[in-house]
Amino acid sequence: MQPIISVRGLSKTYAGGFQALKSIDLDIRKGEIFALLGPNGAGKTTLISIICGIVNPGSGQVLADGHDIVADYRAARGKIGLVPQELSTDAFESVWDTVKFSRGLFGKPPNPAYIEKILRQLSLWDKKAEKIMALSGGMKRRVMIAKALSHEPQILFLDEPSAGVDVELRRDMWQMVRGLRDSGVTIILTTHYIEEAEEMADRIGVISAGQLILVEDKDVLMRKLGKKQLTLHLQEPLTALPKELADEPLELSADGAELVYTFDTQSQETGIAELLRRLAKHGIDFKDLQTSQSSLEEIFVSLVRTPR
Amino acid sequence: MNLHAIRAIYHFELARTWRTVLQSIASPVITTSLYFIVFGSAIGSRMTQIDGISYGAFIVPGLIMLAILTESISNASFGIYMPKWSGTIYEVLSAPISPVEIVIGYVGAAATKSVILGLIILATARLFVPFTIAHPFVMIAFLALTAVTFCLFGFVIGIWADGWEKMQIVPMMIVTPLTFLGGSFYSISMLPPIWQKITLFNPVGYLVSGFRWAFYDKSDVSVGVSLAATFGFMLLCLAAITWIFKTGYKLKT
Repeated sequence: MQPIISVRGLSKTYAGGFQALKSIDLDIRKGEIFALLGPNGAGKTTLISIICGIVNPGSGQVLADGHDIVADYRAARGKIGLVPQELSTDAFESVWDTVKFSRGLFGKPPNPAYIEKILRQLSLWDKKAEKIMALSGGMKRRVMIAKALSHEPQILFLDEPSAGVDVELRRDMWQMVRGLRDSGVTIILTTHYIEEAEEMADRIGVISAGQLILVEDKDVLMRKLGKKQLTLHLQEPLTALPKELADEPLELSADGAELVYTFDTQSQETGIAELLRRLAKHGIDFKDLQTSQSSLEEIFVSLVRTPR
Repeated sequence: MNLHAIRAIYHFELARTWRTVLQSIASPVITTSLYFIVFGSAIGSRMTQIDGISYGAFIVPGLIMLAILTESISNASFGIYMPKWSGTIYEVLSAPISPVEIVIGYVGAAATKSVILGLIILATARLFVPFTIAHPFVMIAFLALTAVTFCLFGFVIGIWADGWEKMQIVPMMIVTPLTFLGGSFYSISMLPPIWQKITLFNPVGYLVSGFRWAFYDKSDVSVGVSLAATFGFMLLCLAAITWIFKTGYKLKT
C-alpha cells in the first residue's frame, strides 16, 4: 500500500549552519497513529514544519498522498492539518470565526454544519461566540485542533498536543485522536510524554540529533528492546554478592536487601529457575519477589543516549 | 485560483477594520478634518489663491493623499505583521494558497479600507471647503491605484518589520515628511528653483500633483509622469514581494 507520507533523503541545514535533519527516510502508513519521539532540538518540529510548508526543505523529497509538497503544494497541503506546538491564536476573534477562516483558507466552501460538528466534538459549541482570548489554555488547544480539522484533512500533525494540558483534557484528547484515526485520518504526533506514545501510537519513530534512529511497531519495539527485571526481597541483607554468582546478571541494592535480575524477554530460557536454585544452594533466601517490564520511556532514553 | 482562501483573508481583514472602526476610520477622518479646519477654513481664508484655486480647496487632494498613503501603509503592514507577531502565520504558510493569492487577500482588504477612508475624507472635506472634481473617474482610479501601490509597500514593510517600532518608522519618518514636502500644502512652482528641482526626487510629489490634476485640471508635473511614477513604484513593490516569497525572507527559515 502506498504510504500517505513518504519522506526520502530529507536534509535541512539552517542559515546559521545548524543541521537539523540528516537524510531522513520515513514512510507513514495510511490510517495509523505515528508517534515521533525525540529530545529537544532533535528535529521533530523541523520535520513536521517542512512537510506542512512552514519551513523550506533543504534536499530530498516529501510526498503527501502522492503529491510532492513543493511541486504540487496545493494538492499536498490540502490533505494536511497542523496543530502546532505553540498556542498561536487570533486573540480577538471568536471561536466560530477563526474556525470558519481556517476552512476558507484551505480552499473549502463554507459548511456551517461541519463546523458545528467539530465544535461539538471538541466541546467548544457553547464557546463558539466567545473571543479566543477569554478561553483557558486547554480550550485554546481545542480551538487549534478545530482549526486544523476544519478543512477535513486526511493527515493530521499534532506537535506536542498535550503540552500544558491537564490530565483530564489529555485523556479527552487521546480519545478524540483515536476517534479521528477510526474515521480514517492518519495522525502523526510528536510528544515529550512517552506515556502518550505508549498509550496511543501504532508505530513509533525515534529521532535524535537530526537522524531517524528507529521506526518500529510499538508492540514490536517494546518486545524487542524491552527488558524484564526480577526483584528479590531478601530475608537477610547481603554485604556483597557471592563470587560464585558473579556470572549472573545480578545487581545488589545499596542496602543489600534486594537483588535485581535482568533477563531478555525474547529468549526462550529466562534463567529464573536456575538462578533460584543457585541462590538456594548459597543459602540466600527471599521473602518476596516481583517482575517488572521496562517502559517505552526507558527504551527511549537508552536509544537516544546510545552514542552514534 | 483558491478563491475561498482569498475571500477568507479579505473578509477576515475587513472584519478587523469594522471591529476597530474608531481607530481605523474615525481617527484619520478626525485628524484630516482638523487640517481642513485649521489650514482650510481658519488660515486658508486669509491666504491668496493658488493657480486660481482657493487655498482651502487647493489642499484637499494633498490631505486626502496624506491620509491614503499613511493609512495604506499602516493597514497593509499591520495585516501581515499581526499574524507574524501572534504566530498564526503558520496557518497561511501551510495552506494551499499561492503568494499571489495571499497578496490579493491582504493587500486587497487594506486597499479597500483605504479607498473607503479616502472617500469618507473627501465627503468630510466638502463640509468645510467648497471644491469641484474635474475628472471624477480619474480621481477614483488614481485613488485606487495609489491605495493599492502603497498597500503593497505596506505589505513589504509588514514582512520586513520584526518589531512594532519598525512598523512606525517608515510612515512616520519617511512618508509623512515626503507628503508634507511633496506639495500637499503648496504648489511646487511657489518654491525657489533649487527646491523645485529637489522636489522632483520626491515620489510623493508626483502622486499629489496627479491627484490634484483630477480635481482641478492643474498640476505641477504632467499626469502621464505622475501615473508612470506610481506604476514604477508599484512594480518596485511587486518585485520586492516576489523576492520575499521566492526566498521566504522573514517568513520561512
